[in-house]
Amino acid sequence: MTSEPIIHVRGARRRYGTFEAVRGVDLDVHRGELVALLGTNGAGKTSFVELVEGLAPADGGTVRVLGHDPYRERRQVVGSLGIMLQSAGFSGDLTVAETARTWARTLSRPRRVGDVLGAVGLAHRADVRVASLSGGEKRRLDLALATMGDPELLFLDEPTTGLDPESRRATWGLVRGMLEAGTTVLLTTHYLEEAEQLADRIAIMRAGRVARSGSVADIVGAEPARVEAVVRNAGGREVTPAVADLPALAGVVGAPEVDRTGRLRLRTTRLQDDLFTLLQWADARRLRLDDLDARSASLEQAFLALDDAPDAHDTTTRPEEAAA
Amino acid sequence: MSTLSTTAAPAGRRRPAPAAGRGAGRRVSALARAELRLLVRNRTALFNALALPPMMVGLFASLGGLGEQAGALQGAVLVNLLTFMALAFVVYYNLTVALVARREELVLKRYLVGESSRAEILAGTAVPAVAVALAQTALGIAAVSVFLEPPAFVNPLLVVVAIVGGSVMLTVLAAATSGLSRTVESAQLTTLPLLIVAIPFAGLFGAPGASEGVLGTIGTFTPLRPVTDLMLLGTAGLDGGEVVTFAETFGAAAVPVAVLAAWTALGVLASRRWMRWEPRR
Repeated sequence: MTSEPIIHVRGARRRYGTFEAVRGVDLDVHRGELVALLGTNGAGKTSFVELVEGLAPADGGTVRVLGHDPYRERRQVVGSLGIMLQSAGFSGDLTVAETARTWARTLSRPRRVGDVLGAVGLAHRADVRVASLSGGEKRRLDLALATMGDPELLFLDEPTTGLDPESRRATWGLVRGMLEAGTTVLLTTHYLEEAEQLADRIAIMRAGRVARSGSVADIVGAEPARVEAVVRNAGGREVTPAVADLPALAGVVGAPEVDRTGRLRLRTTRLQDDLFTLLQWADARRLRLDDLDARSASLEQAFLALDDAPDAHDTTTRPEEAAA
Repeated sequence: MSTLSTTAAPAGRRRPAPAAGRGAGRRVSALARAELRLLVRNRTALFNALALPPMMVGLFASLGGLGEQAGALQGAVLVNLLTFMALAFVVYYNLTVALVARREELVLKRYLVGESSRAEILAGTAVPAVAVALAQTALGIAAVSVFLEPPAFVNPLLVVVAIVGGSVMLTVLAAATSGLSRTVESAQLTTLPLLIVAIPFAGLFGAPGASEGVLGTIGTFTPLRPVTDLMLLGTAGLDGGEVVTFAETFGAAAVPVAVLAAWTALGVLASRRWMRWEPRR
């Protein structure tokens, strides 16, 4: 028996007047997973996440969270959710501790306020009015409130925007701890590094649809690696090899190119084999490959490649999912 | 499907849906405590809540608007005036401002993502204002009892209906008005129509003046009039200038109670239509 996904969305749509912000999104998130939702501004991420959070009704399709319609049956699910919005405010005249205690009292199963403030590094600021907090501290207080109810399912909408690198890593540590404890997380972020660090799976949204989804390895694996070098002879003089002089490379994508500065660039799906061939070729000709830079594709590269694609069609609706 | 998801849940993490009854009280009281703290820390709001109603009573008294009723009646008129000002300025005006402020600082939006329902959030925000109005009334009764004569309290039930019903009505009207106010400052304007229309027609002084002719008929149906009518009936048995008995107060209360209920229902509809939970984008 397979477990039902904790989030199950099929063909979700959301309209604002005549503009359709969410145009048929499918998404399954299983218990204990962290799924990161990426996309440029205006891709429809927040509009979509609000449907899953139960803050707005879908104009079409099915949205199920913990087996319920999160909008119409909100009472049944809300006690199991923790939601950190991109923009939610505080009353500046309350202290950090007062804000946290007020929130805790509205929850059915609150964790201890002191523990939660400690976990986000705000224990020493407990008696400070919220108006005096820095932007990063407010963001951490946001996170404290979202995790206060020990949620089964945690929504994080750009949780580390405005945080310094140290606080960002601390937040990642906190999220990892919650994942280890079995929490399921749907993360929206602009930081690709954040998605690479935390996500089991990634869904990239574009113009209201999921344009690509899978593990980081899946998505990045589909992108070719890059090799770059400046070719010099034994005397240190730059030589510009003609493309025809280059060895045959097994995985090369497109034609290798040599730019005006003499820099050789190529893209390959078989980095190890082709790099080896290239090094042998240089060795046999007593050439040096200066500034040699060979690297696997990054998530950023995959993300940008998607944006270059003229029409990123929906690759996620696999037949077995559509039939479910 | 539901059995599937239940068996799939790791033991101990699945939890029951929040119970509606006791949970609602706990959530409202949590929000109310925070709101009370904010009231105490906001000097303008605190002044409006504590000082404004007694000052208005003093103003009207010094202008000689209280007529020449006997001591007990005069006491009832004063208590009613204080309750009225507390409801108008603390519950209606202050609450409208508070709701606009919470909305603009994105606090209402935050509360909405939590376990509290919209009604609970509204109630939690309103409780301190209503509590202040009740306290003002209690102090007014005490002051009148000491300095004049205690009101007769011909029908205390009607006093309760006036204060509780008036509070509920003004809370939903404040919610609706907050939706029409873009900023805290503009709430000073958007609250004026109700206050300006209601105060002359409210029959505040127990004198028959406002209850005669066409204007009197119109006045009967203005939102704050039933509060005054019920207060004066309840505290002094005063029905349009005549003093009636306990039994007669029920008959006389029918129209005001109906008007109060109608404005409350209208307020609920208006707040559903107009109240906003986050700033306009």
